[in-house]
Amino acid sequence: MEVGQMQRRLVDYTKSLFMEGFLDAQFLQLQQLQDESNPDFVVEVVSLFFDDSEKLLNDLTMALDQPSVDFKKVDAHVHQLKGSSSSIGAQRVKNACIAFRSFCEEQNIDATLRCLQQVKQEYYLVKNKLETMLRLEQQIVAAGGSIPMIELGF
Amino acid sequence: MESCNCIEPQWPPDDLLMKYQYISDFFIALAYFSIPLELIYFVKKSAVFPYRWVLVQFGAFIVLCGATHLINLWTFTVHSRTVASVMTTAKVLTAAVSCITALMLVHIIPDLLSVKTRELFLKNKAAELDREMGLIRTQEETGRHVRMLTHEIRSTLDRHTILKTTLVELGRTLALEECALWMPTRTGLELQLSYTLRQQNPVGYTVPIHHPVINQVFSSNRAVKISPNCPVARLRPAGKYMPGEVVAVRVPLLHLSNFHINDWPELSTKRYALMVLMLPSDSARQWHVHELELVEVVADQVAVALSHAAILEESMRARDLLMEQNVALDLARREAETAIRARNDFLAVMNHEMRTPMHAIIALSSLLQETELTPEQRLMVETILKSSNLLATLINDVLDLSRLEDGSLQLDLGTFNLYAVFREVLNLIKPIASVKKLHVSLTLAPDLPEYAIGDEKRLMQTILNIVGNAVKFSKEGSISITAFVAKLDTLRDSKAPEFLPVLSDNHFYLRVQVKDSGSGINPLDIPKLFTKFAQNQSTGTRNSGGSGLGLAICKRFVNLMEGHIWIESEGLGKGCTAILIVKLGMAERVNESKLPYMPKMPTNHGQTAFPGLKVLVMDENGVSRMVTKGLLLHLGCDVTMVGSSDECLRLVSHEHKVVFMDICVPGIDSYGITIRIHEKFTKRHERPLLVALTGNTDKVKKENCMRAGMDGLILKPVSLDKMRSVLTDLLEHRVFFEAI
Repeated sequence: MEVGQMQRRLVDYTKSLFMEGFLDAQFLQLQQLQDESNPDFVVEVVSLFFDDSEKLLNDLTMALDQPSVDFKKVDAHVHQLKGSSSSIGAQRVKNACIAFRSFCEEQNIDATLRCLQQVKQEYYLVKNKLETMLRLEQQIVAAGGSIPMIELGF
Repeated sequence: MESCNCIEPQWPPDDLLMKYQYISDFFIALAYFSIPLELIYFVKKSAVFPYRWVLVQFGAFIVLCGATHLINLWTFTVHSRTVASVMTTAKVLTAAVSCITALMLVHIIPDLLSVKTRELFLKNKAAELDREMGLIRTQEETGRHVRMLTHEIRSTLDRHTILKTTLVELGRTLALEECALWMPTRTGLELQLSYTLRQQNPVGYTVPIHHPVINQVFSSNRAVKISPNCPVARLRPAGKYMPGEVVAVRVPLLHLSNFHINDWPELSTKRYALMVLMLPSDSARQWHVHELELVEVVADQVAVALSHAAILEESMRARDLLMEQNVALDLARREAETAIRARNDFLAVMNHEMRTPMHAIIALSSLLQETELTPEQRLMVETILKSSNLLATLINDVLDLSRLEDGSLQLDLGTFNLYAVFREVLNLIKPIASVKKLHVSLTLAPDLPEYAIGDEKRLMQTILNIVGNAVKFSKEGSISITAFVAKLDTLRDSKAPEFLPVLSDNHFYLRVQVKDSGSGINPLDIPKLFTKFAQNQSTGTRNSGGSGLGLAICKRFVNLMEGHIWIESEGLGKGCTAILIVKLGMAERVNESKLPYMPKMPTNHGQTAFPGLKVLVMDENGVSRMVTKGLLLHLGCDVTMVGSSDECLRLVSHEHKVVFMDICVPGIDSYGITIRIHEKFTKRHERPLLVALTGNTDKVKKENCMRAGMDGLILKPVSLDKMRSVLTDLLEHRVFFEAI
């Protein structure tokens, strides 16, 4: 595939991610921060996000598995996850986290378990999408092209 | 005829004598029988009679006597032997009883007699007791009178009432005709009639005090009977009748000074008043002892009451005086406050009002200078400019001085370049000096620190003033300025005993010496130099043009800087040296290149707006930490990342200009960190700005941040533009709180 096509594909893909609400404007900000002095900024941030979130989700699963659930700890983890996801622009994950937190306050075990499932789901989705997008970018760069800037009309 | 055992009486019964005997016997018997009856009756009536059995004896004796006489009646006629024997028995019994009675009476009659004497004795005693009782009653009544009088006297503290009451009550109690009080006059040589009982307004009679009678009265503390003809006693118009007896008593007038605690109450000042009491005329009454005693007691009480009244009057007067003084002081204080306020208002107004026109004059004149002018016009404009500059300086000086005197001036401490100050002074003075062909040299000691903490502006003003004076008063020659760090011994030999330098670790004493070869100053004039408005009258100062305030202000500034300034001169024509010592703080090495105040640059994409701005970012969340770091790196900052509050506190230094803290994480006590950072950096310009980054939109949180001492609050997510504008705002205004 040639560079132009790849670039177009990337743009469409990214646009779709925005349309579907997987990503929000924060992600654009991240992209803007990438420059010559910081060429791998986005990749680094996204990888960090993945690592962080995996760990958090594991902790959450373990915490909710306990016979007596420590909701404070659960809330702390969810708070972290919410922070990370909002920093990176993972909108759906962030929203799921918000819902999760409210159930945590109510100390509703069933609801929180359901929320955890929800968050995990969203996370894996966005992870998938981001990995695809990054791979596309890598291919473009390997082919000698430059990553196009997304101009969003909204 | 049978021989009867009858006894014939010796005499015939019909004999007249016999008949009389017969009748008498009859009556005797009757009496003798009725007497015991009477006795019994009366004894029964009275229960007191102690000798009952004597009465019984007596009764028996009488009855028997009566029986004898009764039986005797039968012996007048022929009577039988039985009658004779009965008669005999009766007579024998009677004899016995009467003998016994007689014997008894020997014992009893003295007793009875003594009863009588006892009765007499008791009667006498009773009479005596009655008399004494009468006396006691009178005394008690006197006492009651005294108490009542005293009560009346002491119930008021008013001197006139006391005296009047005394006289009235005494008059009433003792039923006096006249009662008068003579008070000593101010001179003490006469007694003046002050109060009388009957006359309403006594005429001001006076009597010389050295009258023998008066002396007699004054010398004893008892009431003394005096003759009614005595001058003090001639109070009533001479009547037809004998005037009543007169008694006089002294009333000691105690003074406050008499109340010594230890010897109390000694009458050290012999001021007495005289009380004269007159019994009603032709009443033949005499002064009784108890009445005299009453009078004495009353006199004493009056003395005490009067002194109480005097004390009270005194204290009332003192209190009134104090109140007056209070009022006067209050008024004075208010006037002073008004004056101060007026002056402050005046200054405030003048400050502005004077400077505004001056500013206009100076500005417009300098503008005028730039335009096309003829040489004459140029000269005129230059003169205007020079004069208005002088005037402006004068105004500033006056206002400064008044603020200095107020004590309201405070030094503007800051870190500044000391070398630069001297260079500036030199630059300013060089033109004038070169016009006057004076050579100016500046020598800075090598150990003089480059930076110092102090009031740069005022220090420069002071040094400039001194150097300016040196230039002003020198017509030729050279001026040398030297500056070095004063050592302790050089500090000590300054000519001011009250200047006590204290060396401490972060301060040093700067010593500046300005030596000129000018006209010099008479050593006698030196003290006057630093006083306001006192100008040197020596010939060399004709052209001074100075206000005379300059040195005074310099001295004030130097004093504020805990230093000392003085001038030495060896005399006229020998030049003089001005020496200045001030206390400056040591500055830590300041990196000149990191200037925190940058002018607002036009925002450009991709252009680094804050080159090298050192920031510290604290965020527990790795991802958002990285994002923030990326943002700041993009803007060209030098970012240090920390993940915990301890790390933050450890790494934060005065080189960091801003610290970004994520405060919405529960584990971080951001307020605690804020306070600890405030404690770590006490000087405001050393402390980095503390900015909170939070995703929470809580108004309470914002207020808590402000209260804890944070300088800013930004909401996440932060875009690049937002970060750029925030940093610009922050560095310019030193505060940025995002509107929530």
